[in-house]
Amino acid sequence: MMREFVKTYTSLYKEHEDTLNRSSVPLLNQQRSNAMERFDQMGFPDNKREDYRHLDLTAVLEVDYGMNLKRFNIPSNPHDVFRCDVPNLTTKLMFSVNDQFYPNEKPLNLPQGVLCGSLAELSKTHEALLAPYFNQLAEQSLDGLVHFNTAFAQDGFLLYVPENVILDKPLQLIQILQGPEEMLVQRRLLVIMEKGSQAQLLLCDHTLSPNRFLVNQVSELFVADNARLEYYELEMSHAATTRLSHTFASVGASANLSQNGMTLSNGLTRNNIEVHLNGSNSEANLSGLALVENEQFVDNHIWVDHAVPHCVSNQLYKYVLDDQSKGVFSGRILVQQDAQKTAAYQSNRNLCMSKESKMFTKPQLEIYADDVRCSHGSATGQMDETAMFYIRSRGIPEKEARLLMKFAFAADVIDNIHLDPLKDRMRMLVEKRFRGELARCAGCTAAQCS
Amino acid sequence: MLLEIKDLHASIDGKEILKGINLSIKEGEIHAIMGPNGSGKSTLSAVLTGNPAFEVTHGSVSFKGKDLLELSPEDRSREGMFLSFQYPVEIPGVSMVNFMRTAINEHRKYREESPMSAADFLKFMREKRAIVELDSKLANRSVNEGFSGGEKKRNEIFQMAMLQPKLAILDETDSGLDIDALRIVAQGVNKLRSAENATMVITHYQRLLDYINPDFVHILYDGKIVKTAGPELALELEKKGYDWIKDALI
Repeated sequence: MMREFVKTYTSLYKEHEDTLNRSSVPLLNQQRSNAMERFDQMGFPDNKREDYRHLDLTAVLEVDYGMNLKRFNIPSNPHDVFRCDVPNLTTKLMFSVNDQFYPNEKPLNLPQGVLCGSLAELSKTHEALLAPYFNQLAEQSLDGLVHFNTAFAQDGFLLYVPENVILDKPLQLIQILQGPEEMLVQRRLLVIMEKGSQAQLLLCDHTLSPNRFLVNQVSELFVADNARLEYYELEMSHAATTRLSHTFASVGASANLSQNGMTLSNGLTRNNIEVHLNGSNSEANLSGLALVENEQFVDNHIWVDHAVPHCVSNQLYKYVLDDQSKGVFSGRILVQQDAQKTAAYQSNRNLCMSKESKMFTKPQLEIYADDVRCSHGSATGQMDETAMFYIRSRGIPEKEARLLMKFAFAADVIDNIHLDPLKDRMRMLVEKRFRGELARCAGCTAAQCS
Repeated sequence: MLLEIKDLHASIDGKEILKGINLSIKEGEIHAIMGPNGSGKSTLSAVLTGNPAFEVTHGSVSFKGKDLLELSPEDRSREGMFLSFQYPVEIPGVSMVNFMRTAINEHRKYREESPMSAADFLKFMREKRAIVELDSKLANRSVNEGFSGGEKKRNEIFQMAMLQPKLAILDETDSGLDIDALRIVAQGVNKLRSAENATMVITHYQRLLDYINPDFVHILYDGKIVKTAGPELALELEKKGYDWIKDALI
């Protein structure tokens, strides 16, 4: 079955190769045919593969999606759709619609040398700068979906921060899915943090049309020596959205990467995160929060690679599952032979609110060095009834007591957000989500409006 | 009559623990319930506050003229019932401030009053905290998380001061307390005492009753109240232990 799907897309590629190349740029076009070859070899991952054991993509791939190969214009102006007041947090706000970057209406007024916007557009003037980075991490992947993206991606989002430049305001990219029919969207992101630079980037995913969407997203993050990147991803899509995301990060010496992925509403989500700690004294803090109900599915697949000594990594992933929802967590820590004095920690905690919800968790530690501190732990349980009674005995109704407990459970993941206004906003969104009051508009502007 | 318990039977996992309790408490009174381990003291407090782990199999309880057993745990609280837990529960992630504000406002909602403003609430909390000398740092932490044994018990009395119950049940509040903490807790209880409310002190030892003087002392044994007298009974128990009660019953 999977082979059939691969055939569909390989012949689609052959048929439209010229169109793809014409409507894109050399930086992306150069990778296309190689990527297509790899995709053809690897195919779509089926659930016979250990890392896709709990995720069957057959039903997702059966849908006849449209792809915007000819780059038709974006129907609406997202700035109109998302016009909101700004309370505590001001961000440099940008939009992408499906897999197209939407041109900024106003200049972002970023420091000199910073590139931020359409990958395709900016590559026209900075190809030599970007070529050593684009697809360098993704190319190594053994997942056919990654190469499927490279073969078809025509545009993307680029953030380039030059040496020692510190962005004082967070950047926010709102990624909108919108279209008149079922759509396949190949999103691409490239973030390059030069030595000593700092930035905060918040990505918010929203689906505005009721039809089915398949998002296949590839992000490459390069964090050079002494640089610092905070990378937040917030998904608030709908039940007919499939998000397959592949994030690759390379972290240099004394550099710091924080990644926080929050799934507040979705359909089917797979987040692959691969972090390579390549320079000593570097640090990666990865956290995730998944709140799922109905038939929703969230699968976080983390791999942290300690290649050199003296690095630190932390993983904290929490799931709250209700109804018939399903969660998967797989966290692998690899400590290579040379990576002495590594400190690597992983924690996965899950709260099953219903008898029908399911959680699959697989922590993996592979240690080839002999002087390291590593720990991993996973626990899945139900609501603590003793605590429930304690709360209720103070006059708090059962429903509120449950909310307090769920909220408390999620609190430490939210506490890992360094951006205070975003932290407050996330607290509000999570509470609203638990109360079932999460309106689309409240979410689309995670950091923006009330 | 504030509380009237008639022939109350209760069990857990099919095992009967309370075997016919009769007890009446009026406003302004302090009742001590004493008894050996396993006699049913804690079960009585759990049943009165509606712990779902216990099943009432027979009897009735009226509280302020209402059928208490019909009420949910939260409604019992909002009607004025309070339990100081023998083992207060730690709730990581829920701050004391948020916990108490939610509780107070739920009580107010029940009485059809508007929520307390943030400023009023903090002032109110500061006043009540002083009663049990509870550190402001503790109030900003998660409920009971990392509190010492003494701090947990003081925190219970602090919550009692906040919620101003009609009937407070203190379940082994003295256990695990050193002498200073015991004095602070007991003073707190005494400060909160009035002609309108009543207290039920459940204790194994007479020690706490040196500080909180009961009007009545009841001895609970094997799920029944076997003896009721004035405060002198507690002293007698302290001297003779519980064996003479057992002997007298056999």
